[in-house]
Amino acid sequence: MTPAQIAPQTLAQKIIARASQQPRVEPGQIVTCQVDLVLMHDSSGPRRVKSRLEALGAKVFDPSKVVLVSDHFVPATDPESAEILALTRRWAKEQQIGHFYDMQGICHVMLPQQGHLQPGMFLVGGDSHSPTGGAFGTFMVGIGATEMTGVLATGEIWIKVPHTIHINWHGELQHGCSAKDIMLFLCARLGMNNNYKVMEFGGSTVAAMSMYERMVLCNMSAELGGKTGIIAADQTTTDWIRQTGQPVAGDALSWQSDAAAPYEAVHDFDASTLVPQIAAPHSPENTHPVTEFARTPIHQAYIGACTGAKLSDLHMAAEVLKGRKVQTGTRLLIAPASVKTTEAATKDGTLATLTEAGAILLPTGCGACAGMGAGAIANGENCLSSTSRNFKGRMGSPDSNVYLGSPYSVAAAAITGEITDPRQFLAGSSQ
Amino acid sequence: MKHSLTGAAWVFGDNIDTDVLAPGAYMKGSIAELAAHCLEAVDPNFASQVQPGDIMIAGDAFGIGSSREQAAQALVELGVSAIVAKSFARIFYRNALNLGLPVLFCPELGTIQPGDKLQLDLSSGLLHNLSNGEEFQCEPIPEELMGILAAGGLMPFLQQRFSKSDIQT
Ligand code: SF4
Repeated sequence: MTPAQIAPQTLAQKIIARASQQPRVEPGQIVTCQVDLVLMHDSSGPRRVKSRLEALGAKVFDPSKVVLVSDHFVPATDPESAEILALTRRWAKEQQIGHFYDMQGICHVMLPQQGHLQPGMFLVGGDSHSPTGGAFGTFMVGIGATEMTGVLATGEIWIKVPHTIHINWHGELQHGCSAKDIMLFLCARLGMNNNYKVMEFGGSTVAAMSMYERMVLCNMSAELGGKTGIIAADQTTTDWIRQTGQPVAGDALSWQSDAAAPYEAVHDFDASTLVPQIAAPHSPENTHPVTEFARTPIHQAYIGACTGAKLSDLHMAAEVLKGRKVQTGTRLLIAPASVKTTEAATKDGTLATLTEAGAILLPTGCGACAGMGAGAIANGENCLSSTSRNFKGRMGSPDSNVYLGSPYSVAAAAITGEITDPRQFLAGSSQ
Repeated sequence: MKHSLTGAAWVFGDNIDTDVLAPGAYMKGSIAELAAHCLEAVDPNFASQVQPGDIMIAGDAFGIGSSREQAAQALVELGVSAIVAKSFARIFYRNALNLGLPVLFCPELGTIQPGDKLQLDLSSGLLHNLSNGEEFQCEPIPEELMGILAAGGLMPFLQQRFSKSDIQT
């Protein structure tokens, strides 16, 4: 082999090389990739691509490679959203879409929950949080609706081979800290303009994380501005795939960056010194330790979204809220990330803990995260949310304020009515 | 595609996000309705005063946030002819090109003031401030992507492809 062929590569490079049928690819190169799977949702999906596909006279390249999820406008709150959902259903039927999950959960949670991901896959999603799938050792990027039309018609997409930034976390997180705190911290530390870069997460902290928590790291790579996030598969990954009932691909564990892979930058962080983080309005970059927010009143505490309402997130909130009550004057809203999440949280008693504390359960779906469903906030109100974005006006009125935090921090604020360090409710967890 | 664009400058800072470009509350309506609220959270006059042909100047990470194509579509609807920014969020960048809206990177944008008359040459990437004579060199749009822009966006580009070859679907 020539030296060029044996030169070490990142995991992202390897997946793109395979998908573009090249022996190897170099950062900066523009290549055309075959797409292994396409994820679409009701907001950016059928209602935006149907007429475009018709105008082209094109059909879906391979309906078995499309996963369609209705999650943004669910359940319908008015005739317009009802129409959007009806159109989504009609299109799924017309095009014989192989995997259509109607109101079953948020797309980024449905994809792994239903066992659609295998390490080494190259995927696109019609949503900016598509990097979430990278937690399973895949390369998954978000695209817009016209581009989606192109992918559905041709099964391929052009891509500029990205540089990778290696982000390693070492040691054990404190009780009361989570992947969400890591990502908020990174938004402040690395900024939100890591455009076109892949964030590859590693280190002992990540190795010890559940798949749910790894999903948060990749999910919020979108907030770092990255092209995507990625975590090489290990036993935790393959165990997850097996419990979905899917076989694990034979080469699953071989999808790794080479030892001397050409990372553009390598960052190492100590997880044991991280304290809970809160992002102030109106940007995730505006993050500071929770201790700097004393006396910030919270009118709405929101646990929702692909980022912050998975089973692990509900467990965190329940741990803080167990035996306590939501403060008068503050409302705690919880929108579980999928129907299966609700089912599991019902069975293990988590939901009872939350509702006994005074939480109000909302339907599964994107809901207030995208300012589309129940849970909008009024002018002048403050919301502490377990979602991923706090841009101006995203969750309601333009003059409302969204703070971001972990499910632990959201639950703690619900109890006191102001931003609060959740560790005080966890230290003596027997109290 | 016109290679030389002339229009008045609208100047924005860093991190103009997709929620201010295409506010969620208006996402259900028509693009015209949505466009009327484009950028209202940062400049309430923009949507009503922007003229067809005007050129947007911005800082880093223009279009950061969601994948919603309406963020770029609203600007097309309002007649914006091009965006020159220090950097773009990648999905927005792709969406804009796919809609036939030229987007150019320019590391240095000096002292362009709102309302300055600008001339932008798409082939060379040269941006000329006609109001004070200053010139800026933008990164030209990559060769591989010029085809899409020249066709007027990804849809017309695909149309050419689908009418030329009979792709088995
Ligand atoms: S929950 Fe929020 S971040 Fe996740 S897909 Fe829905 S709108 Fe996007």
